Amino acid sequence: VTTVSPGPVTAPPVPPAPPTDPAPAPRRGRRRRRGGADPGGGRGIVSSAERRLPVTGTLLRLSHAGLLAGLLVVGIGPLLWLVKASLSTTQDTLRDPMALFPSGVDWANLATAWTEVHIDRYFANSMALAVGSWLVQLVVATTGGYALAVLRPRYGPVLYWLVLSTLFVPAVVLLVPLYLTVIDPPLIGVSMIDTFWAVWLPAGANAFNVLLAKRFFDNLPREVFEAARIDGAGPFRVFWSVLLPMSRPILGVISVFAFVAAWKDFLWPLLVLRDPDLQPLSVRLPTLARSIELDVLLAALTISALIPVALFLVFQRTFLRSAGLSGALKG
Amino acid sequence: MLTWIRRGGLSTLLFLLPLVVVFGVFSWWPIVRAAVMSVQRTNLVTAPVFVGWENFETVFADPLLGTAVRNTAVFALIALVFGYPIPLVAAVLMSEVRRWRGLYSALAYLPVVVPPVVAVLMWKVFYDPRPEGLFNTVLGWVGIAPQAWLQSADTAMPSLVLEATWAAAGGTVIIYLAALVAVPPELYDAAEVDGASIWGRVRHVTLPQLRGVLLVTLILQIIGTSQVFLEPFLFTGGGPANSTTTVLLLIYDYAFSSSLGGDYGAATALSLMLAVFLALLSALYFRLTRSWSTS
Repeated sequence: VTTVSPGPVTAPPVPPAPPTDPAPAPRRGRRRRRGGADPGGGRGIVSSAERRLPVTGTLLRLSHAGLLAGLLVVGIGPLLWLVKASLSTTQDTLRDPMALFPSGVDWANLATAWTEVHIDRYFANSMALAVGSWLVQLVVATTGGYALAVLRPRYGPVLYWLVLSTLFVPAVVLLVPLYLTVIDPPLIGVSMIDTFWAVWLPAGANAFNVLLAKRFFDNLPREVFEAARIDGAGPFRVFWSVLLPMSRPILGVISVFAFVAAWKDFLWPLLVLRDPDLQPLSVRLPTLARSIELDVLLAALTISALIPVALFLVFQRTFLRSAGLSGALKG
Repeated sequence: MLTWIRRGGLSTLLFLLPLVVVFGVFSWWPIVRAAVMSVQRTNLVTAPVFVGWENFETVFADPLLGTAVRNTAVFALIALVFGYPIPLVAAVLMSEVRRWRGLYSALAYLPVVVPPVVAVLMWKVFYDPRPEGLFNTVLGWVGIAPQAWLQSADTAMPSLVLEATWAAAGGTVIIYLAALVAVPPELYDAAEVDGASIWGRVRHVTLPQLRGVLLVTLILQIIGTSQVFLEPFLFTGGGPANSTTTVLLLIYDYAFSSSLGGDYGAATALSLMLAVFLALLSALYFRLTRSWSTS
């Protein structure tokens, strides 16, 4: 279920003590350990012996086939339909939505959407917003996490507590005051409305990222930092050449969260980017839906879904790990 | 001062600067401001004036408030009915899959990565109320009469929930799967030795082992559904006949629907009330997770 996410509180709240190791799959090891006793490669609810029973085994296989069929229909069915419909004429989609290309493939939709409806521009905006939000989130989470976990100033715990306490504040509360803050920001004094900064900077105030980064840095061996310091590396050198290279897994998780959340975000960019030329796909599509033809709209939807779906297929493991992490507590 | 710099105090501050500035300006300050604004009359032109409880009175006097709260509760309830058992059953079945389990989880999670706006606009086409509409065509195959879906006050809300569940269930499945995978196999061995059937093992081993995660997803889901905005905003705009106006839609309308610069006071007052409710829920969530991680 979608919630509002005006930047700062995009991730679901997380317990103060999440699993210390963000790497998943405690089962693997356990399974392998049991591997010798059980040639089937470990067990779940149903034992390997039962799997070989004719009735139980068949029922189990049937249930799995049914599940797979259901998942295919629900999981990938709508997307395949979307691709099909974006290559069909409006008439075909309206008259018989389930038929396969009754009057041929209409490749022109994609080109029309890309050039005439200017999906290219909104696509570039989405990309700029996502990349910028991602960079800001990485900078805030890594520098802050490094200072809190490794440099450990005396006021660190208070600051960390202040950061974590924002996890308790639901995104709704921030909507209006954050909007007014962006209109008239302290320190800067110039309205950020209709600039990408209005999306980039608030995205950085994500306590979940700081929590993930600090937890990860806390668990890195301190001797490594000590050794680097003795070798004459200053705090900046330690950060850049020691800490960051050791932190690839957690940087991957934060990046996936950050990029995808920014690509999906709707309400916040809708509020702060009023100039259509600056709006990302998510904001522009509902407006376009009212004015352009259905086949072109569906082609535009296909293009918009392309990047996140492709990212997911490439970085599946990181995605699923992040998904498990946002709810994982006791494993 | 000089020793402080030499000990690295200054560089520590430099490293904390991005965090302090970003959180200060875009998180801590707006949070404080929300509390202050709820007792002020704020507009973009004149200085804010203290008005006491007036904003809260405005909200309570709004006849739409009851409707919005009721609709949000209905949404949350139907979402629980749809979205709570199905991922659990799917995850339990999936945990027994030996080959290509990755394929199963990828398929289950795919809808979650589809951008919500794309999903809603696509489902709007699915919900075409004509008999030729996609869902009505499929219903026709099994002999069910065409439905009005988003066009009728009776079916609009369940339609929103159906899409929202499709979009979110995959995440819940993955959370359950992670928990299922951590159930010690020894427990199943022991239950089997004690003569428990497969169903018996599900009831007496699997479900009790998942108790913690089940409660957490329950609370997370309620927190999420109480803030539902995108579906009613894009599918129906609150209609037909306000049957899908939710609390968040009301907040949005207070603050942003008027071109004159809206009633920011009423909007923050209502968001604060919702926030207190959600904070109670998340406090419960934190207490539960803490007691589990120590047990």
